[in-house]
Amino acid sequence: MGTILIYNCDMEMIQNSGIPHSAAATGPASAAGGAVQLADLATGAPARVLSVSPADAGSADSVASTGLSRRLAELGFLPGERLRIVARGFLGREPIAVRIGTGTFALRLFEAACIRVCPERSLLP
Amino acid sequence: MEAAPSAPSPLVALVGNPNCGKTALFNVLTGSRQKVANYAGVTVERKEGSLSTPSGLKVRILDLPGAYSLDPLTPDEQVTADVLLGRRAGETSPDFVVCVTDATNLRQNLRLVLSLKRLGLPMVIALNMTDIARRKGIVIDAVKLAAELGVPVVETVGVKASGAVALVNVLDKLTAPAQPRQAAVWRTPTAADIAHDQNEVRRILGAVGGDRLDGITPSDRIDAVVLHPVAGPLILGVILFLVFQAVFAWAQAPMDAIKAGVGMFGEWVNHALPASLLKDLFVNGVLAGVGSVLVFLPQILILFFFILSLEESGYLPRAAFLLDRVMGSVGLSGRAFIPLLSSFACAIPGIMATRTIQNPRDRLSTIMIAPLMTCSARLPVYALIIGAFIPRREVWGGLELQGVVLFALYIAGIAGAMGVAYVLGRSGGGVRLHSLLLELPAYHWPNLRNLGIGLWQRVEIFLSRVGTIILSLMVILWALSSFPAPPPGATGPAIQYSIAGHIGAWLAVIFAPIGFNWQISIALVPGLAAREVAVGALGTVYALSASGSDVSGALTPLIAQSWSLPTALSLLAWYVFAPQCLSTLATVRRETNSWRYPIIMAAYLFGLAYAGSWITYRVASALTG
Repeated sequence: MGTILIYNCDMEMIQNSGIPHSAAATGPASAAGGAVQLADLATGAPARVLSVSPADAGSADSVASTGLSRRLAELGFLPGERLRIVARGFLGREPIAVRIGTGTFALRLFEAACIRVCPERSLLP
Repeated sequence: MEAAPSAPSPLVALVGNPNCGKTALFNVLTGSRQKVANYAGVTVERKEGSLSTPSGLKVRILDLPGAYSLDPLTPDEQVTADVLLGRRAGETSPDFVVCVTDATNLRQNLRLVLSLKRLGLPMVIALNMTDIARRKGIVIDAVKLAAELGVPVVETVGVKASGAVALVNVLDKLTAPAQPRQAAVWRTPTAADIAHDQNEVRRILGAVGGDRLDGITPSDRIDAVVLHPVAGPLILGVILFLVFQAVFAWAQAPMDAIKAGVGMFGEWVNHALPASLLKDLFVNGVLAGVGSVLVFLPQILILFFFILSLEESGYLPRAAFLLDRVMGSVGLSGRAFIPLLSSFACAIPGIMATRTIQNPRDRLSTIMIAPLMTCSARLPVYALIIGAFIPRREVWGGLELQGVVLFALYIAGIAGAMGVAYVLGRSGGGVRLHSLLLELPAYHWPNLRNLGIGLWQRVEIFLSRVGTIILSLMVILWALSSFPAPPPGATGPAIQYSIAGHIGAWLAVIFAPIGFNWQISIALVPGLAAREVAVGALGTVYALSASGSDVSGALTPLIAQSWSLPTALSLLAWYVFAPQCLSTLATVRRETNSWRYPIIMAAYLFGLAYAGSWITYRVASALTG
């Protein structure tokens, strides 16, 4: 009970468990370990949520940011849950429509930035 | 001694995630006709109704705004939290909670159920939309669900009159509270609570069935087209355009019928009654004024047919998704879209719907631009002027020119709103992040019964406005326009010597630079109370300025003769921007809790309208020579 099965994203799990942050903590370098920002996930590709945390990038308003990550959790964006991007906005950027569980939510990029996911490569052809 | 008949009725609150069908259930339970639609945030207020159960118990039912949790982020969620936690002045926590859940979306809904359970209020789960769930092949074992949760579970179908029988039977067994209940206490879930709830949800769903996550749903197939980065915006454009085409193309026959009916009635009254002051009031005041507004009922109904269908289908949040970039680029919250779209019906519900916006400054910007969305009360004014000045012909292969002009007027309002939003966003200073976080519900076929009720409500609202506010303003205007009587030997029409004539002449000084004559200037004043009144007022003013009494219902040819094209265009521009009716300003006062914003709003709208009309009048005059 309570264990969250993550495969393919071991690096991230180590980080989350409090071992000192490596350079992978910022930017797409961590993609090598399998974990990506939700917004970087390919449309339609299944993935699992790794972590939901207040985005640190560009957010001066920490209260709003905490509220945001709490709300995302309330909507079902919780570690281990499966999701996929259903659609992207004009020119393939903002916003994104994300299916999680039985619900679909439209998120702006700064909202999606709170969410790190692990693509389920094993399910891809 | 008999029990006091005034024993307090138990207070039952309907609580649940947004868009799970609370209001539909409320309507079935209480016989109310509150607005329902297929998007989150239709209900933003606490609504109360009552139900008499089979055993004669009277139960007070509260409909509350949908909430994802009791840690509110938005003003509408705050209402729900305050009611449940007994924080409203003079109110305790409800005696009983009906936690409404969407059977097709139980995975998400169960989280709220679990946290509501922690409140400790007596509760029943209404497993709603079981009809849709069954059609989707989702079968939930309600008995098992009740056992797993330790809370009674009843199945309901909010859209069916018989859909709440099981719930009524539960409410029937309620007893009136012996004493006021202690306020429930809410504890924000800790990380441990959240993880625990997540596991509970999985365990319960595993036990009761009814969770199908994989596979492509019919809604997904529609979304693949509707949310497509290129096809999506095109489809949205075509839909909106068709609406405005239909407003003119479909309405002609019923409008002609109403016009003919009013005309015939006027003729009959004319011949049947001897010439008197009363007949003058009736023919020139009531018939000319009210008749000219009544003609526009078919167009308003066609507009609402489309608005209601789009609301019911679940398309609106998709439109918000498609237009989010545009909204974001002028610094608006993505959540502003639905309140702004509601403002096309009327700015008042639109302004109230801003309660679903989290950030107070985003909410204020949305309130300030809501009146620039073309409300349905402006439609008669537009339709009158377009009908009189824009020829009915086809342009660009099959498009009706009148519909194109109407579309352009709506676009002008939207463009103005975007510009104002941009300025408001800049004036605050600093870059802020504007949230979207909008749920895209599964599509539904519009429910014909709901659609019918919605349209009928529009008929009732329109007719009651015509019968009360418009009628009384017409009578006042008639009086002001008829007295004092012209001096003996006067040559001009009688109205020029009346009070209204003098007011009009005085106002015309202000409005002459933008091309308005004194008749228009008079009509603008009652138009502040309700926009359609301007049309009725023009009807009355022109009826009284004409020499004969053959005017009733035939305003269009009259203004076509007496106004220049630049004047007509200038008046259209005026109505795109001009300050909303007084009730909108009153709503802004209530929602912002200060006079500051309604005053700023009225001032900036007046400025925009005057500038817009002035430019339109000058440019059009120069072009037409």
